[in-house]
Order: sequence, then structure tokens, then C-alpha cells
Amino acid sequence: MARLAVIPLLALGAVLAAAASGLPRIGDPESPAATHASPRYIARGHEETGATNLVTGVLADYRAYDTLGETTVICAAGLACWLILGGRSRGAGS
Amino acid sequence: MNSGFGSPALDAASRLMTPFMLMFGAYVVVYGHDSPGGGFQGGVIIAACLILVRLVRGRAAGWVMPPEVAVVLLCTGAGIFAGVGLLGPIFGGHFLDYSALPLPLAPAEVRAAGSLAVEIGVALAVTGVLELIFDVLVEARDDA
Repeated sequence: MARLAVIPLLALGAVLAAAASGLPRIGDPESPAATHASPRYIARGHEETGATNLVTGVLADYRAYDTLGETTVICAAGLACWLILGGRSRGAGS
Repeated sequence: MNSGFGSPALDAASRLMTPFMLMFGAYVVVYGHDSPGGGFQGGVIIAACLILVRLVRGRAAGWVMPPEVAVVLLCTGAGIFAGVGLLGPIFGGHFLDYSALPLPLAPAEVRAAGSLAVEIGVALAVTGVLELIFDVLVEARDDA
């Protein structure tokens, strides 16, 4: 079975490689991600959010929903560590 | 990890560094709006300070945060974030829309205040999580 797993692995790798070749170059100012919302953030971010640091302005204000998800993920990770490893007080550790 | 490393040199160095680390962590959280920083980074610095004290002095320092307290801390942090976000719909705006908050400030300042509250929540959550993971790992090692 372990040898058979190589086949879907190679197929997945081929698909990902083909998809990666179609991605815009890193930092390309003409890429869709850089032409849609980013110019607005850069142009109006300071006056709209009051943030001199635009990174914080985007993270905590424009994309706060994303940051809320990150915080939730971190909390879930910490709780999972506690529940899996911290069983001594409930007598589960042995 | 109940006893810590406890050499006099480490003890003196950690005593010197601890207040500055705490203050720098708070600074990074609060000034994240105007300089590099924010809730995640500041929370990590504060947690690093707590862990430093635990590593050097062990439980003798009295800085032990039980896992239950850490869990309360991280849930409080995430709750502050979600609660500030929910204030938006309550005051007639969108979820996480800080500009709807009824504060007597300029619109940009209201949004900055909302961001600051959110960053403080993130910092509490990150501090709680790192402290919790450290504590859980240390206890698991003490068991073995």
C-alpha cells in the first residue's frame, strides 16, 4: 500500500507544479492581489484607520475578520495542547 | 522544572531584564498602530518574560500561572476581540466595524481605539496560549 501511495502523490505534485507555474511572480505590482484592494489601503489607510503602521491598519481593521480567525486558531491550538498533554490533574496521565 | 536553573548570575540577569521586558511588551502592544508591533508580537514578549522567570527560578518565584488561569486568559483575549467586533452590529454597523462605536472622537480615532482594544485582546490570548503550552510541556516532563 505504501508504494501505491506514490502514484497519487506524484499526480498531486504534478497538479501543484502546473498550478504554481501559473501564479504571478512574487511582488508583482500587476498581479490581481496587488491591483484590487491594496492601492486603496495604501492611499486611504492612514486617514481611515488612524494607523501610521499600515500593517497594523490592515490586520486589525480592514482584515480584522482574518485576525479574529487567527486568534481563534491559536486559542484552539493551546486548548488542544492542554487537553492532550495536561491530563495529569484528572488522573489520565500514566 | 519545579526548581529552575537558579544560578546567582542567571538570577541577577533575569531580575534586571524582567521589568524592561514587561514594559517593552506592553509598549509593542500599545504602539503597534504607529510602529512595528501589535498584539501577537507584544503577547509573545510578555509570555517570554513569564517563561524566563519560570526557567530561572522555577516555582519559587511565585510567578506560576496554573493552566486553568492561562485558559481563562486566552479565552478572555479571544472574547475581547469577538466582543469588540459584536459592538459594531449592536450600534448599527457591521461586524468588526469599529467606526460604529459611539465614542466622542474623530472617525479615524474611533477606529484606532477599536483596533487597540482588539490588539489587547490578541495580546492576552497569545500570552495565555504560550504560557499554557509551556506549563503543559513542563508538567509532562516532570511526570516522566
